[in-house]
Amino acid sequence: MSAHTDVQHGHDDEHDHDDGASHATLRGYLTGFVLAAILTIIPFWLVMSGGFEKSSTTAIVVLAFATVQIVVHVIYFLHMDTKSQGGWNMLALIFTLVLVVITLSGSIWIMYHLNHNMMPSMMQDPRNLP
Amino acid sequence: MSDTSLAMTGDAGAPEELRFYVAEEHHPENGTLLGFWLYLMSDCLIFACLFAAYGVLGRSYAGGPTGAEVLELPAVAVNTSLLLLSSITYGFAMLEMQRNRQRGTLIWLAVTGLLGAGFIGLELREFAHLIALGDGPQRSAFLSSFFTLVGTHGLHVTFGIVWLVTLMVQIRKKGLISANKRRLMCLSMFWHFLDVVWIGVFSFVYLMGVLP
Repeated sequence: MSAHTDVQHGHDDEHDHDDGASHATLRGYLTGFVLAAILTIIPFWLVMSGGFEKSSTTAIVVLAFATVQIVVHVIYFLHMDTKSQGGWNMLALIFTLVLVVITLSGSIWIMYHLNHNMMPSMMQDPRNLP
Repeated sequence: MSDTSLAMTGDAGAPEELRFYVAEEHHPENGTLLGFWLYLMSDCLIFACLFAAYGVLGRSYAGGPTGAEVLELPAVAVNTSLLLLSSITYGFAMLEMQRNRQRGTLIWLAVTGLLGAGFIGLELREFAHLIALGDGPQRSAFLSSFFTLVGTHGLHVTFGIVWLVTLMVQIRKKGLISANKRRLMCLSMFWHFLDVVWIGVFSFVYLMGVLP
């Protein structure tokens, strides 16, 4: 165990330059910040000024802006690329995204249909009960 | 270790085994950042579950207030800009760290912490206001899932601030040693990750919540 930590410290000292997050530049941060600000202001303005006639259209546009902004944050602030940590970061991210999409879409889809099918009987039950 | 030696004695392909061993030796330094990234991904799954719960329950008002009635967009806009600004100031702290400037790093970390504290303060004010109106988490399924999701994010930011203050003390005591730099990088990922989650919160909960 102690040998292991010794190796780690020695390694830290000589390889300060090739650590995952050290490729940050002022230009990168500022680009990310400006893009993120624009992508935040537009959906806020859209919703606060009333949005489109159909609220489902507004919702889709808001979600689209959120998706783009998340990509901007991941690239410019979290410094993700396919090469960081030998590709393992990206692999973990893709796996997580698959799980997130399954969790979100699966839950909402199934529970929506469950509600849809259960609602009439749920509404009538109290009336039928003595 | 025993695996390697077994393979070495049992196999003629010694160069390959040696290269494998070198790769192992190279691993630990990046290991922390990769491991922390994996933690963030598991945290992401927690938030996915909470988002899914909100997606299912977000329109179950139980006769209580709707999203359009309780959610104040101007306050959320201020909150969002505070968190976005804290992301870029943390970035400036990282840039100062790369140039080994301890003073600049500490100053930008302090600014980040203050912006984070402002975010938490505004969020607590919103929560207190809702609870005072009787629209606490017990009012409806919508408010339960709302408080759970937004509260979990706020709790993450709170612990991020605790971590940030701890790191500032450590940097003051020991300077920008490589261990502290590694910790700053982990907190950097944590902080930016929380901002990413907040994008989902303000879009999915607040902006879509006030739509008719």
